[in-house]
Amino acid sequence: MLLIHCPYCGDRPELEFSYGGQAHIARPTEPQTLSDGQWASYLYLRSNTRGIHAERWRHLRGCARFFNALRDTTNDRILATYRVGEQPPAVAETPP
Amino acid sequence: MIELRTEEGGSIDRRRPVSFHFDGQRYRGYHGDTLASALLANDVHLMGRSFKYHRPRGVLAAGAEEPNALVGVWRDSRTYTPNLRATQVEIYEGLKAESQNRWPSLTRDFGRINDLIAPFIPAGFYYKTFMWPRRAWHALYEPAIRSTAGLGRAPTGPDPELYGQRFEHCDVLVVGAGPAGLSAALAAARSGARVIVCDEQSAPGGSLRAEREALINNELAGQWVAASWAALSAFPNVMLLLRTQAFGYFPHNLIGLNQRLSDHLARPDPQQPRERLWQVRAREVVLATGALERPLVFPGNDRPGIMLADSARTYLNVYGVRVGSRVAIVTACDSAYRAALDLHRAGVEIAVIADIRAQVSGALPEQARQAGLNVLTGCTVQGTHGRLRVSAVDLARVESGGAVRPAGRLACDALLMSGGFTPSVHLFSQSRGKLHWSEALQVFVPGASAEAERSAGACRGLYALDAVLVDGDAAGCAAAQRSGFLAAVAPFKVEALAAHEGSFAGALPQAAGWAGKRAFIDWQNDVTVADLRLATREGFRSVEHIKRYTTTGMATDQGKTSNINALGVVAVELGCTVPQIGLTTFRMPYTPLSFGSLAGYARGDLFDPVRKTAIHDWAVARGAVFEDVSLWKRARYFPQGSESMDEAVARECLAVRARCGIFDASTLGKIEVVGPDAAEFLNRLYVNSWSNLAPGRSRYGILLREDGFVYDDGVIARVDPERFHVTTTTGGAPRVLAFMEDYLQTEWSDLKVWLTSTTEQWSVIAVQGPRARDVLKGLIQDIDLSAEALPHMGIARGRIGNAPVLLFRVSFSGELGFEVNVPADYGRAVWEAIWAAGESFGIVPYGTETMHVLRAEKGYIIVGQDTDGTVTPDDAGLSWAIGKNKPDFVGRRSIQRPAMQVADRKQLIGLLTVDPKVVLEEGAQVVETPGQTPPMRLIGHVTSSYHSAVLGHSIALAMVASGRSRMGQTLHVPMPGTDIPVTVVAPVFYDPKGARLNG
Repeated sequence: MLLIHCPYCGDRPELEFSYGGQAHIARPTEPQTLSDGQWASYLYLRSNTRGIHAERWRHLRGCARFFNALRDTTNDRILATYRVGEQPPAVAETPP
Repeated sequence: MIELRTEEGGSIDRRRPVSFHFDGQRYRGYHGDTLASALLANDVHLMGRSFKYHRPRGVLAAGAEEPNALVGVWRDSRTYTPNLRATQVEIYEGLKAESQNRWPSLTRDFGRINDLIAPFIPAGFYYKTFMWPRRAWHALYEPAIRSTAGLGRAPTGPDPELYGQRFEHCDVLVVGAGPAGLSAALAAARSGARVIVCDEQSAPGGSLRAEREALINNELAGQWVAASWAALSAFPNVMLLLRTQAFGYFPHNLIGLNQRLSDHLARPDPQQPRERLWQVRAREVVLATGALERPLVFPGNDRPGIMLADSARTYLNVYGVRVGSRVAIVTACDSAYRAALDLHRAGVEIAVIADIRAQVSGALPEQARQAGLNVLTGCTVQGTHGRLRVSAVDLARVESGGAVRPAGRLACDALLMSGGFTPSVHLFSQSRGKLHWSEALQVFVPGASAEAERSAGACRGLYALDAVLVDGDAAGCAAAQRSGFLAAVAPFKVEALAAHEGSFAGALPQAAGWAGKRAFIDWQNDVTVADLRLATREGFRSVEHIKRYTTTGMATDQGKTSNINALGVVAVELGCTVPQIGLTTFRMPYTPLSFGSLAGYARGDLFDPVRKTAIHDWAVARGAVFEDVSLWKRARYFPQGSESMDEAVARECLAVRARCGIFDASTLGKIEVVGPDAAEFLNRLYVNSWSNLAPGRSRYGILLREDGFVYDDGVIARVDPERFHVTTTTGGAPRVLAFMEDYLQTEWSDLKVWLTSTTEQWSVIAVQGPRARDVLKGLIQDIDLSAEALPHMGIARGRIGNAPVLLFRVSFSGELGFEVNVPADYGRAVWEAIWAAGESFGIVPYGTETMHVLRAEKGYIIVGQDTDGTVTPDDAGLSWAIGKNKPDFVGRRSIQRPAMQVADRKQLIGLLTVDPKVVLEEGAQVVETPGQTPPMRLIGHVTSSYHSAVLGHSIALAMVASGRSRMGQTLHVPMPGTDIPVTVVAPVFYDPKGARLNG
């Protein structure tokens, strides 16, 4: 069970969170202007990163807020968490 | 024959004799004995039968690694635990235990036939046989195999015991209370860090429990252990957990511990849990898990009476039990000499110490020679004798050229062996730390850590007592410092024998003629050297594949005694080194864990929360039959007398259509959407238009996912200009709220909107039927119920008695209908008031089943029943709901994609069976022509199907390809042995014009 740092509440066990998929995928502001292919990419295409992955979490059973996390998918280390709207902080990849 | 129990010594309490039963026979032991030590004291070595060949097996070890002595243990008829290791079962007065995997008895076992046919059932035989005749698989092979599969017998009744669970936090968790663990714990405790120490045994000390001579800081090791434990107990910042197995190492330093609380007690307090599962989040971890002795692999190495040398020493020094009266020893490691010397001093005759090494020096062998023991170097074992107990051992000489020649037979009643020690790296490896092959020790030791942990002592290959204590102390200091405390190393003064040296992995050298004899690698799964050789001959190379093909290292002991020897054999066969092969993955649990412990309190009534409405007890008193809808209990129907469900539902349906029914709709999800941008927020989410919805009106809303498929639906009322009352499906409320929060927080955080779940704040009482207005007229204050003042989909605020009412004129039945929303605390009282007012109008209570029939007669869908996550609004016939002038809403772009608009999408239609009495199965497939055999082209499926009492025939809703262009067509529903002809009709069966609704 991961230990996740909620930017609002601090370190909490994974039990309190729900996962929200890849982060920084903004909903297009004018979907009508997109081709079918562009829209399908937005809908379905996600990266499957080996290494640092920016992803959304929600502190569902706590403050209920969404935030973003940088997780190393090779070892499940959560390297940083930050609030919605903020840029991901620079982190060093942990050695394999 | 000598008395096997010593006169003194050990940690048993000789003043407290204990009697217990094994396989129906009564034995005596002492308080402090394990089942294994007590049986050995009674000269019982035979404790089990092996899994595959049913070979008689004795106890091999003295601890968690025991592969042979698996027993079933019970206290009374309701408690039975299979597959416990006799070496870990503490006896108490009246304990009952039995051996496993034998019939009719341990000494005469019918399954022994497997041993006689062993040449025909090598590793993987089941992959190659049982292939023909094909029909015999189900009738013969599978039942026969299943009856022999598995170890032990599972208990059949529910487990009456309690199991606890706890979360805990600490700065330093020390796993293991041997010398390394104790010195680590003392160092961390002195620093002020919060420390937890756990050990699987009933007493602290680990390897020191069997130590008789070593001095630590001028006191005997046993005294040092007792003093250290007492000192630790006195620290307020230290928690000590005995009988507690650290079974799993999970990410971010979460360690699972399982504490056995009552299994060792003769009369446990029934209020006390049997076991407690701890989930400990530690800042830093010290692994002091010790090392396990390795068996040697030679023909006939599995007879009862053959066991690990250091385990024999443990039985002698901890339990005061001599494992035999004339003992032979075969070893590759000095440590066996220590066992030989202790046994010799206890009066046991040492027939021989056969050391496979050509030359042996060092303090321990020297002492053995001085004591006059018969030490033979360059000597191995070629075979053993004895059926239910070893009786003799065949020795052989390994000559300098490598040739092996027989060297005579020696009688013995126990044979001890030692192939050196294997560090217990299980938890380290589970933590994803990288193992490192030590050339010097010929074992895997912990390398780079992945978590905040460090290993100390024997589990990283240190065996000298002074080095172990210093290492533990340093690890405890480092762990405390890393978690923010000041710690200082302590000095140790140790007088003990030097570390033992020597080890061996793989099969011992054998003379040519002995190849046919079976030498066991894995005792528990009956894997021999020949099985591993077969696997490599057949082309297996990966150790993971070899494990699965031969089953070596599987079963309940997970290869604790076998893995390194298996690697040794495979390395020789493949001509490579052990580190080139690598280890199989270590997985939790270290020792088997009871399901009860994992389940904890989450059983029976506590398995899941139960949600009940304010009206629940009224329905119970009325004899309602309930169904589970998500976590809710919902009244399904209200049978009268001996009515069946169908009869009750038909009566309830007719009453609603003719007069009036009352229905508890409180479980509907409710979300209040409030704020200046509430209408805009709903515009962006739901397909409908909300800006033009006047306060005091409501509208049926549809919510899509971004991929264009229907996600939820419900009536949304505009209570005030900036306040919307959103209803959702009963099961959908949490996910719809999460869906809304997601968009609000991450996409449209500029909108001023607040979301609140109000599901449990409101009781919702549906009053439906042509007399509904008459029922409510006398009750409702401040609301004009006339069709002009409160038309269909109108809402109004008023009162019933003292209760504030939010009244919706809505209908999910197709009749004139109202939904009375009152604060939940008033729910029961208002329900009873409406009930009392309705009785003169013939009101009936109805349940979810009738609700389903009524809505299906009107063709109203239920999201999740008639839709399945691949249905667009147009598929469901709901495109009328889509706001035409909205530039965007969630899912809009997706329903414009070409695939969402093709003509042959499945569409919602009605089906009428040609025979009106036949009710279709929900989920049944629909095809175009009858009499087909599979595979056939399936064009749709039935989603809802009921008998309609008011129409006098069955009705069904279905999703069928191009359904709306098939009106009037005859299609077929294939069922086993028949095809049911059906006619395609519009999905509204009753009052299609809606005259009743608007009445």
